[in-house]
Amino acid sequence: MKYLTLAAGLLMAGGAMADTPVLTVYTYDSFVSEWGPGPAVEKAFEATCDCDLQFVGTGDGAALLARLKLEGARTKADVVLGLDTNLTADAAATGLFAPHGQAPKFDLPVAWNDPLFLPYDWGYFAFVYDKTKMKTVPGSLAELAASDAKIVIEDPRSSTPGLGLLMWVKMVKGDGAKALWTDLADNIVTVTKGWSEAYGMFLGGEADMVLSYTTSPAYHLIAEKDDSKAAAAFSDGHYMQIEVAGKIASSKHPELADKFLSFMESDAFQSIIPTTNWMYPAITPAGGLPKGFETLITPAKSLILPADEAAKLRDPALAEWLSALSK
Amino acid sequence: MAERAFKVSHLAGAASAALLLALSFGTLGAVVWRAEAGQALGPADWAAIRFTLLQASLSAALSVALAVPVARALARRNFPGRALLLTLLGAPFILPVIVAVLGLLAVFGRSGVLAIALGWLGLPPVQIYGLHGVVLGHVFFNLPLATRLILQAWLEIPAERFRLAASLGAGPGDIQRLLEWPMLRAVVPGAFLVIFLISMTSFAVALTLGGGPRGTTVELAIYQAFRFDFDLGHAALLAVVQFTLAGAAALVAFWVAVPGAIGAGLDRRVERWDSRTGALRAQDLAVLVAVTLFLALPLVMIAWRGAAGFVALPLGVYEAALRSVGVALVSAAICLVMSLSMALMIAQLRGRGAGRVIEGLGYVTIAASPLVIGTGLFIVIFPLADPVALALPITALVNAATSLPFALRVLVPAVQQVEAAHGRLADVLGMTGWARLRLFLIPRLRRPIGFSAGLAAALSMGDLGVIALFADPGSATLPLALYRLMAAYRMDQAAGAALLLLGLSLMLFWLFDRGGRIDADA
Repeated sequence: MKYLTLAAGLLMAGGAMADTPVLTVYTYDSFVSEWGPGPAVEKAFEATCDCDLQFVGTGDGAALLARLKLEGARTKADVVLGLDTNLTADAAATGLFAPHGQAPKFDLPVAWNDPLFLPYDWGYFAFVYDKTKMKTVPGSLAELAASDAKIVIEDPRSSTPGLGLLMWVKMVKGDGAKALWTDLADNIVTVTKGWSEAYGMFLGGEADMVLSYTTSPAYHLIAEKDDSKAAAAFSDGHYMQIEVAGKIASSKHPELADKFLSFMESDAFQSIIPTTNWMYPAITPAGGLPKGFETLITPAKSLILPADEAAKLRDPALAEWLSALSK
Repeated sequence: MAERAFKVSHLAGAASAALLLALSFGTLGAVVWRAEAGQALGPADWAAIRFTLLQASLSAALSVALAVPVARALARRNFPGRALLLTLLGAPFILPVIVAVLGLLAVFGRSGVLAIALGWLGLPPVQIYGLHGVVLGHVFFNLPLATRLILQAWLEIPAERFRLAASLGAGPGDIQRLLEWPMLRAVVPGAFLVIFLISMTSFAVALTLGGGPRGTTVELAIYQAFRFDFDLGHAALLAVVQFTLAGAAALVAFWVAVPGAIGAGLDRRVERWDSRTGALRAQDLAVLVAVTLFLALPLVMIAWRGAAGFVALPLGVYEAALRSVGVALVSAAICLVMSLSMALMIAQLRGRGAGRVIEGLGYVTIAASPLVIGTGLFIVIFPLADPVALALPITALVNAATSLPFALRVLVPAVQQVEAAHGRLADVLGMTGWARLRLFLIPRLRRPIGFSAGLAAALSMGDLGVIALFADPGSATLPLALYRLMAAYRMDQAAGAALLLLGLSLMLFWLFDRGGRIDADA
């Protein structure tokens, strides 16, 4: 009975709002959560658009793409937000996305000229550690593999950071990637399904370091007033994650979708990102970054594979990873 | 005996079985229908299949082997706090995986309680990651369930048998041989099968405690095929493999199981005269203390870590909790209607092939991959309605189907026993249909019904289920809110939410289970 009432309520609510256009944005779950950027973004955009912005959350970036493929051309999404450069080649191949036709000036360490996808935030993968517990901190992937530091990493098959590390090692080591993984095997305490498990294990004292982002210490500093966490700077450079959004070609509200994408690059959206998604905004807002971000490390080199190359390297790199760590 | 078949209509039972079929094989069919031809099984898949079989067999064998002495101790001892202990020991089974793993690591991990204690003694910490870690994790999850299933059977040995045994001067050894062994022979294969199936579909526990890709199970391979390769055909193929393994295991279990021939009693309170010796008392005490420590320590750690975050829980978490309680109650009701109607049907078709088939169907949802169910439902619903708007009802339904096998496990033997013991009397009195159910069966089945409903409600509380595939911002359940807190770095609040979840699940379980045991002895 409860659900009948609920369903009736939903139908009525739908009827009442039929005259306001609804913009549906598919994104990953942590974006829509109460503690993510979603609620603030929704409020800010609805104040300017005379529309109803509805987020639909599903798993993470890869689950989002899988969902989109399942729905195909019948998708209700107008905008998809939350893919990263490891997924964009695959996403473009679906043919579901339309060119964004915008050319904002990004504050990214690398040039950006993808016609289908616009970045909204970015970050560097890094190993995060506790300064009060770890005295000698490795300065490169090779040093990490040679050290006796214990690390927790995420599985590339089920997690975006896990895939990021796979690409990081492949880009730095090339053909030597498998050898590095073999050397790393004794450092790896375990491999988890997702970031949350790994980070939870690290905070619980299960490992000295965890694969996360250079921006992770900012959360502890700003939200918890705890400056004990830091990211280890690697001389190899750090692999980047650039998170992007794109417009669905079959959208019934193409102008509204365009409006959302340009809103996404505005200060109103970009200033929400640093302390909710804990990433760097794609365009630094006029007010600058929140206090505390200046304490984060700046990698010597920014590494990222072009989308098509990342897609091509993915399967061989995974095979190397599996065979090195399955022994 | 034609009239016996119409004592209680088969309609509800058949409908429930059909619904189960649709949820398990129907969703798989939907995935197959949507898929292009997928890759055949590769070497990595075979490795995953071997590992899955190995860890699931070990996990089930160890869980059941440990559950027998625990159930025996609980069956022949009565002590203050026994009911509370029974409820608490059920907790690991209903915890979300992520919470249970972090709780286990807080005890057995590299900086866990055990490592600290060993450090004081100058010993190196135990290494938990590996096959033994996977088995440890699965035993932690499933020992309580195995214990409850076996204990239930123990308590169903009629009091008269023990009286007779006592008056004939039978010692513990004789009782074991004559009463307990036949009972175990009937119940243990089923318990083994259930735990084998649960462990088989494990993913996060196997990966995390297995120490990496060595711990790859078939379920993880399905996840990879779906999410990493978007190869639905391959995902469906692996799901078929999982059903085949489950089917083979079920055949073995049914073949090994010998139905109990213990006969009926007068429902009197069981007195045990055989186990009053000091040695047996000490043995039972040791077993109970050991198992309580093993199961309760991780729970204590979860509560300990959650206490700080508990006071600062955001309002949204309580809203999610309320939603979860609603889903759990609906889910328990659906599960009860389905399992009771199926149990009645199975009992009435006893000995016939159809009964066996229906009973087998009751297990398939354990072997079904949650990801395949969710994806299949999505494929079916998407062209017809908005899956997101239906997120909560779908979650309640899928959760009910997930807990149904456990309810069935408890209800089928109970219904069979009641029918065998008092069915003829009810026949003579001409009780059929609703009257038979209301006046005769349900009062006799209060205990298993309460237990099943409690288990279904608690499982539904703790299960992330399909909601993660369908959720919108406004319909998070408590487990989803917990995951969202973790994803937002708020590990302390997530620990608080875990404590809330643990408390609510246990409360729901206790209320139902208690309701079933009111006025009942033991």
